[in-house]
Amino acid sequence: MNKILLGLLIGALLGAFDGSTAWFYPEARAQLAGIIVGSTVKGLIAGVAAGIFARKVNSVPLGIMFGLAVGFVLAFLVAYMQHDHYIAIILPGSIVGLIVGYATQKYGATPAAAR
Amino acid sequence: MRHLSDKALTRLRSGADLPDVGGTRYRLIGQVARGGMGVVYAAEDELLQRRVALKVLEMPGSEGELANRLTREARVLARLEHPGIVPVHDVGTLPDGRVFYTMKFVEGQRLDHYIESLASAPDRLRIFLRICDAVAFAHARGVLHRDLKPANVMVGSFGEVLVMDWGLAKILADVTHAEPNDPCGNIPRLPANGGIGNTSGTGDGRVMGTPGYMSPEQARGETELLDARSDIFSLGALLRYLLTNQLPAHPLPKLDRSLEAICAKACAPERERRYAAVPDLAEDVSRYLDGLAVSAHRESIFDKLARFYRRYRFFIWLIATYLLMRVLLILLIKH
Repeated sequence: MNKILLGLLIGALLGAFDGSTAWFYPEARAQLAGIIVGSTVKGLIAGVAAGIFARKVNSVPLGIMFGLAVGFVLAFLVAYMQHDHYIAIILPGSIVGLIVGYATQKYGATPAAAR
Repeated sequence: MRHLSDKALTRLRSGADLPDVGGTRYRLIGQVARGGMGVVYAAEDELLQRRVALKVLEMPGSEGELANRLTREARVLARLEHPGIVPVHDVGTLPDGRVFYTMKFVEGQRLDHYIESLASAPDRLRIFLRICDAVAFAHARGVLHRDLKPANVMVGSFGEVLVMDWGLAKILADVTHAEPNDPCGNIPRLPANGGIGNTSGTGDGRVMGTPGYMSPEQARGETELLDARSDIFSLGALLRYLLTNQLPAHPLPKLDRSLEAICAKACAPERERRYAAVPDLAEDVSRYLDGLAVSAHRESIFDKLARFYRRYRFFIWLIATYLLMRVLLILLIKH
């Protein structure tokens, strides 16, 4: 699977799962659908960014660092908008970015050389 | 009458053994190796100003079985232009009547010495794949090596892997392109029948090879039965050696099941049970390196799970860490 598509898929899956864990916070249950959609979009953005990065730079450690940074920035923006749950949003969001960064580097297929 | 000392005699004898390269473009530098058929010297090609390896018969004479075999080896090498096969530069007869040929001088280590510094099994398998490439190429050109073993593989200083010593090679299909004006008039040609049934070419009907590495049919001297599967047996033994550092005769330590199955299939006593061609063997080794199922091993569900875990180990640990952290965060916030 190509790197961007793989990033999209893993980012969306992990993002949706990450959002769905809001169910465990009673005060957030009312906005669960919105949280899941938002978290999925966040995962998609991180996935596309990591996929594009993986196409440009072929390095697992750099991919991990990039994914971590993108995940952190996106999660920080979300937490900043909410002014609450900083750790509960930023920590998992960063790790989702890290996982997507690793997966796109390690398992994404390199596009065939141009003829 | 004075007698010469033993030391002086030895020196005289070794001087007399040296090939006479006077009048040729080569200058001897020193002996590199000695085999059953001849001696390999490092030499300087004074015309091209480069170092070459000069293989020469021990005994003078441009006729006879050994001379034919050395020439034949040079001709076999000449038809095998491949990065994994040492290239031949020149062939001819020295002024003292010895047949010789020159080839690329490989600066490096024999495989058995080289792998002592190579701890990782994947690295060893990648070297093995490059040996397979060279042997598969030779097979495609109708040539069997018949003496594949660690001592006949060199690893150059830049990591290049070269299959050496084609002295026992057998030609299965004649693809010689004979020119009418042969510059080496005194060099015998490859037999038109490609060496099959030839009693002088590579000693057909006699046992030639290295115990432990030669196939059972080769060990029985059934040369008419030899085909690619005979070299595949040797490659299987070589693979075992690469993975265990043990000679095939020694009791072998336990290997990974897939690798064990690959070795067992390559080294099956009945040639019908071996891989049909070298690329099939290489494909299995490549698949193993990629964490995929190999054709030689029928996996149980546990084997499949274990392979899946090995292939995605780090990713699985990342996901597990993420889930653990999620659970801890939920517990932390709830309390």
